[in-house]
Amino acid sequence: MSNDTPNPAPEDKPQTPEGKPQTPEAAPGVPEALAHVNPKVDGSELIRFDRVTKRFGDHVVLDDLEFTVASGKHVTLIGPSGSGKTTILRLLMTLLKPDEGTISVGGRYLTHEERNGKLVPAGEKHIREVRKNIGMVFQQFNLFPNMRVLRNITEAPVHVLGLSKEEAEERARELLELVGLTEHVDKYPSQLSGGQQQRVAIARALAMRPQVLLLDEVTSALDPELVAGVLDVLRDIAHTTDITMLCVTHEMNFARDISDDVLMFNEGRVIESGSPEKMFNDPDHPRTREFLSAVL
Amino acid sequence: MNWDWDVVADFMPRFWDGVLVTLQALVLGSLLAFSLGLVWAIAQRSKVKLIRWPVVGITEFIRNTPLLVQLFFLFYVVPEWGPSMSPLVTGVIGLGLHYSTYTAEVYRAGIDGVPVGQWEAATALSLPRTRTWTAVILPQAIRRVVPALGNYVVAMLKDSPMIAVIGAFEMLGEARAFSNETFTFEAYTIVGIAFIVIAYPASLLIRAMERRLVK
Repeated sequence: MSNDTPNPAPEDKPQTPEGKPQTPEAAPGVPEALAHVNPKVDGSELIRFDRVTKRFGDHVVLDDLEFTVASGKHVTLIGPSGSGKTTILRLLMTLLKPDEGTISVGGRYLTHEERNGKLVPAGEKHIREVRKNIGMVFQQFNLFPNMRVLRNITEAPVHVLGLSKEEAEERARELLELVGLTEHVDKYPSQLSGGQQQRVAIARALAMRPQVLLLDEVTSALDPELVAGVLDVLRDIAHTTDITMLCVTHEMNFARDISDDVLMFNEGRVIESGSPEKMFNDPDHPRTREFLSAVL
Repeated sequence: MNWDWDVVADFMPRFWDGVLVTLQALVLGSLLAFSLGLVWAIAQRSKVKLIRWPVVGITEFIRNTPLLVQLFFLFYVVPEWGPSMSPLVTGVIGLGLHYSTYTAEVYRAGIDGVPVGQWEAATALSLPRTRTWTAVILPQAIRRVVPALGNYVVAMLKDSPMIAVIGAFEMLGEARAFSNETFTFEAYTIVGIAFIVIAYPASLLIRAMERRLVK
């Protein structure tokens, strides 16, 4: 299996780059306070799908898929349902395993690891290590109903990153302020509206300070009047941080607003990609035109 | 036959002995059934076949053979090559082990009832496996099944007279011995009432928990 990544980083480079040898200074335009969110925003390749195939039974969801995402980019995946968009996010989150091909994040294989010079399916420990850089927000929020809002957010920073309770709570309160829910810190998820729950879920994902944030149709389960609040929060994050975003959405205006790149999927392949201006105003592929005219 | 209060008075000291044994067997047996059942339920979900298959086999075997036979086996056969245990300890182990195979099924249903999204969220946050179980899955699963577990406590209460066959004289065992010695019937009546006095409030408690926990 080829691994000719242009990224010079070797496979087993430490996860949090010490910065010095590779990126002498923080990327321009990143505010100091947010530098931690994504320390390596130099436009180098962050995510790579290399000839990935995923089948469910006889149905081929992803067909020999190749694509890369540069660090700091906001990429939206569009296409008809069943075209494999959500599968891509779930593969990146290791909720699914590819049948063929490899996925790398930050120059390290997510799905495989090298042992004695051979590429073998990754063990639990390796996956855990690479996966820490990825966060996900789900369509159904998936907050932990048995925990209050604050503990939903602090649980993983304390038990995965090893933060003290105080540090984690301070971080959680900052994030709750960002998503506008400071006064709900002691409530249970069931006491919140769908929109509020989703904003807690966003805060929970960000509390792990991932390099990559995956957004899986995050407004699809919401009542229409609650969608705007969630999208505003995400716009805010997209415009003020350099976190890399992969977004599956049917909110085309939102996609146009936050995306650097839009990828059009059809039958498990990327059939066209480009800037939102190009993709929404003047797509080349007839299938893209057909899809957009149906949803816009 | 006439009801004789003097017989009742004669029986009372032995009745209280029996109540004590019944309650000990019930409380300790329940604790064993609750904890062991959880171990079975989790082991049955193990990815390792070498753990999963023996546990499935053992629990199926215990669930599908009579408690009475298991009690005899524990009391008369196990000491041949294992430890000798007092009748009460044997009774507690017998009841606990037998009912653990039922509570395991209850836990299993509770665990299966936790939405898959909860597992996915735990994975997305990279929560360690044990933390996922103890902080996310089990609190949600157990909350749902507390009433069902409570029903098995009542069932166990009603099965507790069986431990008299190995010499752990609980209420009914005491009553039978007393009645056989004195050719009277009052003791059985007292014990019958005692079962209701214990079981009915217990089932009310279970119903109250059901209202509070299962929304």
